[in-house]
Amino acid sequence: MSMTLTEKILAKASGRTHVNAGETVWVDVDVLMTHDVCGPPTIGIFKREFGEDARVWDKDKVVIIPDHYIFTNDKYANRNVDILRAFAADQDLPHYYDVGSERYKGVCHVAMPEEGFTRPGEVLFGTDSHTCTAGAFGQFATGIGNTDAGFIMGTGKLWVKVPETMKFIFEGEIPPHIMAKDLILRIIGDIGVDGGTYRAMEFAGDGVMNMDMEGRMTLTNMVIEGGGKNGVVEPDEVTFDYVRKRTNKEFTPLYNDPDAKYHSVRTYKSSELEPMVAKPHSPDNKATVGEVKNTPLTRAYIGSCTGGKLSDFEAAARVIKGHEVGVETYVVPATTKIREDLKTTWYDGETLWDIFQNAGAHMGEASCAACLGGPSDTFGRLQGEEVCISTTNRNFPGRMGSKKAQVYLASPYTVAASAITGNITDPREYLPVEETV
Amino acid sequence: MSKIIKGKAFVVGNDIDTDQIIPAEHLVYSLDDPEERRFYGRFALSGVPEDKSGLPEGGLPFTDPDKFESDYKIIIGGKNFGCGSSREHAPFALQVAGAEAVVATGYARIFFRNAVDGGFIIPYESHDDLIEHISTGDEVEIDGELNIIKNLTTGKSYPLKKLGDVVDIVDAGGIFKYAAKHGML
Ligand code: SF4
Repeated sequence: MSMTLTEKILAKASGRTHVNAGETVWVDVDVLMTHDVCGPPTIGIFKREFGEDARVWDKDKVVIIPDHYIFTNDKYANRNVDILRAFAADQDLPHYYDVGSERYKGVCHVAMPEEGFTRPGEVLFGTDSHTCTAGAFGQFATGIGNTDAGFIMGTGKLWVKVPETMKFIFEGEIPPHIMAKDLILRIIGDIGVDGGTYRAMEFAGDGVMNMDMEGRMTLTNMVIEGGGKNGVVEPDEVTFDYVRKRTNKEFTPLYNDPDAKYHSVRTYKSSELEPMVAKPHSPDNKATVGEVKNTPLTRAYIGSCTGGKLSDFEAAARVIKGHEVGVETYVVPATTKIREDLKTTWYDGETLWDIFQNAGAHMGEASCAACLGGPSDTFGRLQGEEVCISTTNRNFPGRMGSKKAQVYLASPYTVAASAITGNITDPREYLPVEETV
Repeated sequence: MSKIIKGKAFVVGNDIDTDQIIPAEHLVYSLDDPEERRFYGRFALSGVPEDKSGLPEGGLPFTDPDKFESDYKIIIGGKNFGCGSSREHAPFALQVAGAEAVVATGYARIFFRNAVDGGFIIPYESHDDLIEHISTGDEVEIDGELNIIKNLTTGKSYPLKKLGDVVDIVDAGGIFKYAAKHGML
């Protein structure tokens, strides 16, 4: 019997030769990831249920990455990091990335691949909805709550319902002014914020397979904004090359059977894609940039797990180079590594860091920062009636801090072009000529 | 589920996300400390835009600003209830506020899972969009055995979908109790 990639991973993890979509199975977990918001309650549940002296099921499989509320004076937020630190020390966890230490990383979903935890064919659960990002590597990865995470910490197991797969194919070369963010905003706009509920969303076609890992991660990251359970891209040499550079661990990649059954298949012609935005206050409130062109803005934000990767800044820098920003612009690298890379990556005779700084942008530390609002002193947080264009993934009311603010989601190209003019702007107006042929 | 849940309904709109159920700035309180955890009850559903909070009129808080518990026991939502983040603080906050069930036409997967596995609140699905049929403040009753919800204020009843595979976990009171019962721990 033929299976999809997702079905195959879940069959393997549940010790079976075959599973059907819709079945509930108990799987063995390869990696459990948690962070500073959900880690402390997870630890609380683990101790309550398994005892104060209980040990985690496998310390090599537990990854703790504080990233959400880091650079704040909020006493409760700082206490959360203290709890993680004490737990990691007590359990002698090798994969803890402490704040204030050299090991501090920043946003977990970008740090996970950097550290080699996103391996094809494996099962990853994380206490964060964007855990689905790791599906870009052909891993089954999805978000869970603290109770489920506490359960895994003690047992290494969890029940899952095997999802059906929706397949999204992009045929042909992606035009140079279009980024992965435009593809996923288009999909979410087409299917709605609950269009993928309970399902796997797979991205395929040469338009996708020609993307680097960071582009693929932008697609899988926002599966949850379409309601999806997990996002997935079939692994290939690009995947293996990325993963093998970062871990020595063995893994067994899995693939779709040729006659696997899908819930649905949608095909897009890459050449027909337009730069997209999601208008306030929902990621499925889609419009082309052309439709909302010249909407006045008061802020631009480039950051987060979906829009704060090195390639996102490379793209934004290509647009911003030599210009000054016309609105308050915040640049927040996802991880400390990316922050360093900004200072050593050159474009047209200047480092990316200098390009942004000379343009007048505010440069932040690696963390989630204002992507989810956070305590009132959070870098870049929206405090009032701002109209912000952002490379992040959510624009629900209040998401970036203020319920009165309005947030437009867009690609790094579009955000950068709009930052220059202070209005929503088509990136083609600013992209260097050779890129827009 | 033989359980009867009876109380006042609080009605909200479609796509109520976890930031609306419990805004991120409040996630810093301890879930265990009895003094601090009460704040989850105070701020439950505090992120819902005013015009959607307490339909049909709107403008009603779920929990009064000076209280820690809500007067409402059953939350009525539309589609995609609980979308957004994976935070378990969301069903937890509703429980701390005193709510016992949500009835919506559909849920975001993680919210549904968290509600069930944590034993916080029962997420029932309705066939009809009850936003049209129930007003905030109406007295309603859920019969978990017959799978119906009655609006005692109007006298009308509406069918609920069966809880399906997860009913055993709901009955046990969460994943730990379920696993203990089945000798998995
Ligand atoms: S960057 Fe934003 S979306 Fe990503 S993990 Fe942090 S808060 Fe969540």
